[in-house]
Amino acid sequence: MEIKKGIAVSPGVSIGRCLILDSEDYRIPRRQIAPSQRMLEVQRARNAFADAVRELSGLEQAQEQLGGGRIKDIFAVHLRFLRDRSLRRQITDLIHEESVTAEYAVASVLRRFAARFTEVKDSYISERAADVYDIERRLLRHLLGDKREDLGRLREEVIVVARELSPTQTAGFNKAFVKGIASDAGGRTSHAAIVARSLGIPAVVALEDLTEIASGGDSVIIDGNRGLVIVNPDAETVAQYEAYSREFVALEHKLDTIREKPAETRDGVRITLLGNIEFPDEAEGVIEKGGEGIGLYRTEFLYLNRPTEPSEEEHYRAYAQTLHICQDRPVVIRTVDLGADKYTQSKRFAPEPNPFLGLRSIRFCLQNLAMFKAQLRAILRASVLGRVKVMFPLITNIQELMQAKMILHDVMEDLDEEGIAYDRRIDVGIMVETPSAALTASTLARDSDFFSIGTNDLTQYTLAVDRGNEQVSTLYSPADPAVLRLVRTVIQDAYKAQIDLSVCGEMASEPEYVMVLLGLGVRTLSLSAPLIPEVKQMIRCVTLEDCHVLTRKVLGMNSERQISNYLRNAARKVLPEAF
Amino acid sequence: MRPAMQFVDLANRYSCDITIGTEKEHGDAKSIMHVIGLAATAGTRLDIRATGPDAEEAVEVLRAFMERQTFDEEPPKDED
Repeated sequence: MEIKKGIAVSPGVSIGRCLILDSEDYRIPRRQIAPSQRMLEVQRARNAFADAVRELSGLEQAQEQLGGGRIKDIFAVHLRFLRDRSLRRQITDLIHEESVTAEYAVASVLRRFAARFTEVKDSYISERAADVYDIERRLLRHLLGDKREDLGRLREEVIVVARELSPTQTAGFNKAFVKGIASDAGGRTSHAAIVARSLGIPAVVALEDLTEIASGGDSVIIDGNRGLVIVNPDAETVAQYEAYSREFVALEHKLDTIREKPAETRDGVRITLLGNIEFPDEAEGVIEKGGEGIGLYRTEFLYLNRPTEPSEEEHYRAYAQTLHICQDRPVVIRTVDLGADKYTQSKRFAPEPNPFLGLRSIRFCLQNLAMFKAQLRAILRASVLGRVKVMFPLITNIQELMQAKMILHDVMEDLDEEGIAYDRRIDVGIMVETPSAALTASTLARDSDFFSIGTNDLTQYTLAVDRGNEQVSTLYSPADPAVLRLVRTVIQDAYKAQIDLSVCGEMASEPEYVMVLLGLGVRTLSLSAPLIPEVKQMIRCVTLEDCHVLTRKVLGMNSERQISNYLRNAARKVLPEAF
Repeated sequence: MRPAMQFVDLANRYSCDITIGTEKEHGDAKSIMHVIGLAATAGTRLDIRATGPDAEEAVEVLRAFMERQTFDEEPPKDED
């Protein structure tokens, strides 16, 4: 049994078998085994070879039927690699002599061969190293579990363990079978965290070396409340967690009972709670948890996991489905926020040295007008089906906003000419998520129908911290005085301009920030569905008076740590069971 | 790659132990990893040894095979 401490990013408890998801250049850790286990590891290696041979024979035959001579030859060579008795002997010898796992033996022996091939001057031979690596990956896939690449085809419940999860990997999840997520890298707002929260499954990140401790198929407990991951727990621990898990479910049920009740403070101030979604069907979850609409519909998931851009029709169908679920509730559709960490069609572009400061989000759209217009057309066409608002992400100055609005007007004119109906008075708003937008909010407010503060990017850009880098992620905090001051500015400017304002970053979904946001004047929060009941419960336990007092105190504090502690303690007093 | 494959396939038909290599490095002639690793380009001097019941025939057949092979490439030009 081994216990690892990380950062809890999505609540809940799950017990299950782990599935290691790795990237291509994954390093297999050296893991010592008991001498008595050696025969078992030798057998695992043999089975992997047998499975790989069977798989390759099938591929070879398929190629034969297709007449693919060159490819068939490659498989023929690979089959001979796998049948190479000296190679297999070296692997079993290594397991016996050094008491290591089958995957470690396979990786180290094959990499030794590959390295030797690479050294040969003759390029024909040195290029064969790639074949050896291919064989290695094939064998490792059989050893570590077959499902590595194919998360869409999962047929059993698993807990996904990865170095770092890419958006493409998570977009392919079969949600019914992924019961928890744990990753070596990442912070509170890493992609794994966002996805886990939207799926309502527990997740722990920043575990540093979990992928080196756990192996595929190990039993794992993910405690997304306390930020713990337990590998190969003993029977007693499993029993404890099963009980704890039941209690947690009971708390959730208790929270479900407040579903029908309004999100209203004790002194009668009504707060609007909206949901953040990525896929249309998540809208059902939002409504089920008591959300009053969609405050942030992230549309980039339409672009992930596919070789070509989605068509206008595909956009339209997704929006129509969402609006159908939401009926007369508002739906804020954010135009595509591609670039930086969310990219699939990136292969077409040269990699950027600094993607978070590069061609992403609205900048990318303004340079890819055909793509942008297709999305805007779909949004406008869908606008007659419900209460649609359109929102531009990552606005940094007024010119960008004017340009984006001009393009929207162009699209409207096109629709007019074609006689296609749309909502002429559609609300157009922006995400305020860069320091420049926050500092010029009074200007931007004149041309916006609403603001939504994206606290994740605002925090990252204000504090110059990469939220996914675990070495600096502790510096990332929306409770930093610099961030709070910017948030306050934006709220004040929105009030002066009398436009709607909401907060849609992760800050809005954490009970500890509820009081300060209310105190600063926020009346609309948008968060992922599973967290709505808890935040609502928090709202129902406080008075606006309390929030104002707390906020005045906090704005006088100079350090993030002091503010964080103060907010956490205050929240704990109000809602002890949430912490 | 094909000649290396054919060589290994041939060697595997015999039950005797066969090694192949240069003076520096000798290894299992039935192992494709080893044979490719020898990086025997045309003109390289290789030495085949076998011990076991069908050793003599094995060495003869493998030697003949090697001599026929140009390993998919031009033999070295006389350039000395």
